[in-house]
Formats: sequence, C-alpha cells, structure tokens
Amino acid sequence: MDIVAISVISLGVIGAVAAVILYVIAQRFKVEEDPRIDEVESLLPGANCGGCGKAGCRNFAESCVKATSLDGLFCPVGGSEVMKKVAGVLGMEAADATPRVAVVRCNGTCENRPRVNSYEGAVSCAIVNSLYAGETACAYGCLGYGDCVAACQFGALSLDAATGLPVVDIEKCTACGACVKACPRHIIELRKKGPKGRGVYVSCVNKEKGGVARKACTAACIGCGKCAKECQFEAITVADNVAYIDSDKCKMCRKCVEVCPTHAIHAVNFPPKKPAETAQTTAPADASTGNN
Amino acid sequence: MKTFRIGGVHPQGNKLTAGQPITPVGLPKQAAILLSQHIGAPAQCIVAKGDKVKVGTLIAKAGGFVSANIHSPYSGTVAKIDVIADGTGYKKPAIFIDVEGDEWEESIDRSETLVTTCDLDAAAIVNCIEEMGIVGLGGATFPTKVKLCPPPTMKAEVLIINAVECEPYLTNDHALMMAKADEIMVGIELLMKAVNVTRTFIGIEANKPDAIALLTEKAHAHKGVEVVALACRYPQGGEKQLIDAILRRQVASGALPVSTGAIVQNVATAYAVYEAVQKHKPLIERVVTVTGKSLTHPGNLLSRIGTPISMLLEAAGGIPEDTGKIVLGGPMMGKATANVETPTGKGTSGILVINESEAHRTAPSPCIRCAKCVSACPMGLEPYLLAKSTMAGNMEIAEKGHIYDCIECGCCTFSCPAHRPLLDYIRQGKGQVMGIIRARNAANKK
Repeated sequence: MDIVAISVISLGVIGAVAAVILYVIAQRFKVEEDPRIDEVESLLPGANCGGCGKAGCRNFAESCVKATSLDGLFCPVGGSEVMKKVAGVLGMEAADATPRVAVVRCNGTCENRPRVNSYEGAVSCAIVNSLYAGETACAYGCLGYGDCVAACQFGALSLDAATGLPVVDIEKCTACGACVKACPRHIIELRKKGPKGRGVYVSCVNKEKGGVARKACTAACIGCGKCAKECQFEAITVADNVAYIDSDKCKMCRKCVEVCPTHAIHAVNFPPKKPAETAQTTAPADASTGNN
Repeated sequence: MKTFRIGGVHPQGNKLTAGQPITPVGLPKQAAILLSQHIGAPAQCIVAKGDKVKVGTLIAKAGGFVSANIHSPYSGTVAKIDVIADGTGYKKPAIFIDVEGDEWEESIDRSETLVTTCDLDAAAIVNCIEEMGIVGLGGATFPTKVKLCPPPTMKAEVLIINAVECEPYLTNDHALMMAKADEIMVGIELLMKAVNVTRTFIGIEANKPDAIALLTEKAHAHKGVEVVALACRYPQGGEKQLIDAILRRQVASGALPVSTGAIVQNVATAYAVYEAVQKHKPLIERVVTVTGKSLTHPGNLLSRIGTPISMLLEAAGGIPEDTGKIVLGGPMMGKATANVETPTGKGTSGILVINESEAHRTAPSPCIRCAKCVSACPMGLEPYLLAKSTMAGNMEIAEKGHIYDCIECGCCTFSCPAHRPLLDYIRQGKGQVMGIIRARNAANKK
C-alpha cells in the first residue's frame, strides 16, 4: 500500500515539474509565425509539384506572405482562381495570368518519320538523347520513351501507342512545367490555352535545312516562311529553319494552317469543319460582294 | 601472373584478326575531317573553301589547353566547312576535302629507315608532340602533351606503356607491336626523355605471347625498359587498373594518375610519338581493326583519319547480310553507330560487325541483389545502387556512392544475370552528378 502511494505521488510530482518546465521552455522559445501562411497554404492545391518555382506549396505560401506584391508569384496548377483567393487573404492585387497548357511540338509519328535503326537500351529519353540522335533520322524530334509522362504528377500525359508520341490531356494539364523540364529535346512548350482549349502551333522543332528535315520526316517544318507571310498579326517568326507561332499574338484565324506545305502547323480542339464551312473558303468573296 | 586487384571480368577474347599484318587501304574521293576528334575543346579550323592542302598540312589548330592540332590526311582542295553526322547521328563540324593525288608535305620523312638518335631536349620533344597533334590512341583520345606536363607539384617516376588491349576482338595494337617494335622502342625512349624518367614497364596481356617475346627481346637493348606479362582480365587497359596491376598502387578518388608517380601512354601513342619526333609526321593515319564473325576479310587496316567507315567495311569484304549491329571500338566500351558514312577519327581503334543472332540485348528483369555487379566493378563501386538512385533521381546517394569514379567499362552490365542496363543509367547519373558538383564549385568560388 505504501509502495503504491509513494509511486503515484512521486511520479505525479515528476510529471507536474516536467510539465511546468516544458511550458516555460515552450513560451520562452516560441517561433512567431504569420498565421496567414497556414491560411494561404490551405488554399493551394497541395500538389507540391514545384511548377511555381518554389520548393513546394508551403514554401510558395511563405513567399506570398513575405512578398509586397504578387507579381511573379503564380500557382500554375490553381490558376487565376486560386491566386485571387490568395490575394484576398493577403489584401493584394492578383496578377491576372492567362491559363496555359503543355503542347508537344513534334508530329514525328511512325508514319511521318520512319525508323532507321533500333534501340534496345535503358528506356529513358534523357539516356537516349545523350547517347545518339535516336531511332529516326531527325535529331530534334520526340524520342518517345516517356520521360515527360513519368514527370507528370497529374496524369495529363500519355504515350499514344499508334503514333509513339505523348498526348496532353488538356483537362488534366495544370501547366506546372514538369514535362518541359523533363524533355531532353525541349519539344514541350507551355502555350496560351485558347477558349475551349483551342490552339494553333507549329508541331516541329527541327532546325535542319528544309530538304534534310523533310527527308527525315514528312511532317517537318521546312522553314519556307509561307505561314509568316500569310499571318496578318505578325505572330509567326522563322528562325533556324523553323517557324514559331507566338501564342500571345496569335488570333487563331488558322490561315497559316492551310498554307503550310507539310501540314506542320496544327490547329487543335476546333470543331470539325462542316461541309458547308469548307465551302466557305471560297464563299467569303461571294458574301462580301453580297453585302456590298 | 600479375593483374589488377579489384573486380574485372573475363569476356571471350574473339581475337579473330590476331597475327594478321597491317594492310593499307586506299583513299576516298572525298573525306570529312571532324574538328572534334579528341577530349577537350574542338580544334579551330584555319583553312577556307578552295584552299589547296597537302598530306600533313595543318588544317585546324588546338582550341584550348586540352585540345589538339589536326593535320590534313589527304592532298587536295578544301571543298567546304560544314557539318557531318558522326557515329551518334548528331551533326558535328568537319572540314571536307576533295582528294586529289597523294602529295605529302616536304618536311615529312616517308622513308622506312629507323632513326634512333634524337638531339632534342625534353621541352622540344613535348613541343613537337603538341605540334603534330598526338592524342592518346587507346580510345580516350586525351591530348598527349597534357599528360606529359603534370602539375608542378607532382613528379613522374615511371612510364607505363599500355599494350594490354583487353577489349575483345581488337588487335590493332598487337599488329602494330609485331610490325613496328623497333620504332615503338624509340618512341618509348623519347617519352622517357620527355617526362624525365629512367624506368618503363610495358604491360602486355598473356594472350599475345608473340608480342611479349618480341618486345622482351627488343627491350634488352634499351636500359630501364621492362616487359610485364599480365593475366587476361578486362578492363586492364584502364589507366588506373594498369597502374594497380603493374605497380600495386591505387589512384585515389578524384586524383590524377600521375599522383602515383606513373604516366601511362598507349603503345600506339608511343609509335605516333616516334613518327612525330623522328619523321616529322603528324597524326594522320592509324591502324583500325575491322572485325566480326561474319566478315569475309577481317583485318588490321592502316587508314587515313577521315576515311568513311563504309569504305573500311568494304575493304573487309563488305557488310555481311546477317549484320545486327556495327560498333565503333570494341564490344565492351564501343558505341553502336547509326550511320556507316561517318568518318573515322583519331580514336577509332576498331569497327566491329556483330551478327544479328548476337546483336540484341536480353530484356531486363528485376534486380535480384546478387551483387555480381559489385564484385565485377573494377572501381569498387556499387553499380546496382548507383543505377537505382539515378532512376529515382536521388543524386545525393549517387554522389555519396562515388558515381563520378565510374570509368564506364561496362563490367556491371556484362555481369548482370538480370540483364539490367546498369551502365546506361550510371553514365547518365554520372553526368548529372558532375554537373551538380561543377555548379556547387562555381557557387563556392563566388
């Protein structure tokens, strides 16, 4: 009986003393943290993808709270909506960023770009790229081993077995840019996402002269410049034998798509042209005379 | 018999062309001379389209300290300075020469007479080696003059001549030793003078008994030169492995091989040094072993630098029908080429045609942790761990595992019972870790 009482009392005293010490230390060495960091973090998607350029969502929240303005701070996954909420918490103006989407600029399908050798080593684009030019005669195009697919945390990329090229699911793509970094050939670009995901882009990055590029791939951009001449908005530039459409200047008139001799310019997510609409290519002249 | 102490494998020798003499091949109609045939900065082109050149004319100057001069192996007219796809399929700058006749620079002594006397001092010999564009002919193509000028804090005590030729199939060094033993001995004396050492060991593997006998006999006349017969083991021709095999000294991680007191030069380099110093002949041609089980006339071909590979294969009887793969170099360290029109370079030691039945890799299966790769690694690394950490993107573990010490010999991939492409990953990881270390050093300097 005595032993039980002594044990209970002594343990109780030790516990009480320890509690007091812990409480004093906790108060003495308390780290003051801005409560807004937690608040901002709770608004963020929590994917820790690093698409914003920070080490993770917590780090991004800390940067937002510390910053005097939200310029240059943008969560590509959450987009404008999340940034508006963050701005609301912090009492700042959110920079309005246009939504972007990853675009694979290569159309070297098995059909367009025949294989000239075969590779059996480690399945990794980075390794193949450092070893040699790849299975086709094009040293610039997609290698097709899926480093971008592995890098995507959102399941937005998949390899199309028929073409051997990665396909972007525009619904799932958050434009975090992980695939852009993972691609050793720098084929993937984050481009402005048009209404309903529409976009016009040159699906080729081959810098070879026209003839050489064409020999390697029938869908290659040959740098002829027809598209640049056709474009009324000065959105197209041709450098190093390859055309580039500035997605911020492009008005998506799709005139360049029609003039491209190798069909290297792609217009995506536009509604399929109805037979009537196809006829319209000749119709506008009539229509305009009609109006007059 | 001596050999190195850590790891290594013993692949089948397959020295099909052993004992075959060196046969010269003809000249191509047009040749492309790559500007980057050596480790280090590419050479700077000093000729222009339309210039007339002779055999031995300097056409590109060394582009830095670690770089080498390039001389024209042909006489003719410079057709253009353009790019050509090398063995990797990537386009590299090259000088194209339309070959007209075979006119040599007058300064080059083309006679076969052996010149043994040399009045030059050490600095003049090194200077001549630099002028003549000599690089290590074992395959790594490291500019020879850089190796002959060790940092002032280090002193060479001994010269090691690498005549190991541990790569299966290749016999170019063997053929050269049998044909040019006297010249090689003079080349060795010149190298000894250049680095101021009194002892030389010539390491030769036991599968070349005729070369061991011949060089041992020749070495009697040369003070301080000794032939060391070595047990066959790959990669004995690696600089660090050879130093260990002969001197029982290990090169510390990150240190230069000369820190052990040894300077290693390939036997073909010694011959090139002889020709450069005694005959004023730049490095414009080399022996290339063209071999393969299905080739009708495999051989050791003396060809000018810049000869298209297709021409060498033609000289060996043409590309066989059952060809599965064409490899530049030996089967262990060589790289498969995607293009037979690519020109040879100073480092092209062999062209290996592998049959369709032997060319393919077996599909990899999961690692069973047998540690065969660990036993095989001549650098004492853990290949399975390095490959795995690279795959996972964990470069810290790779760096802790000394991935930068990997010599890319391929023993791990060769020994893996699960056929895992270990070296493919390790090579990638090594590049990444080196990049990280460079960036860190640059940041620390600031």
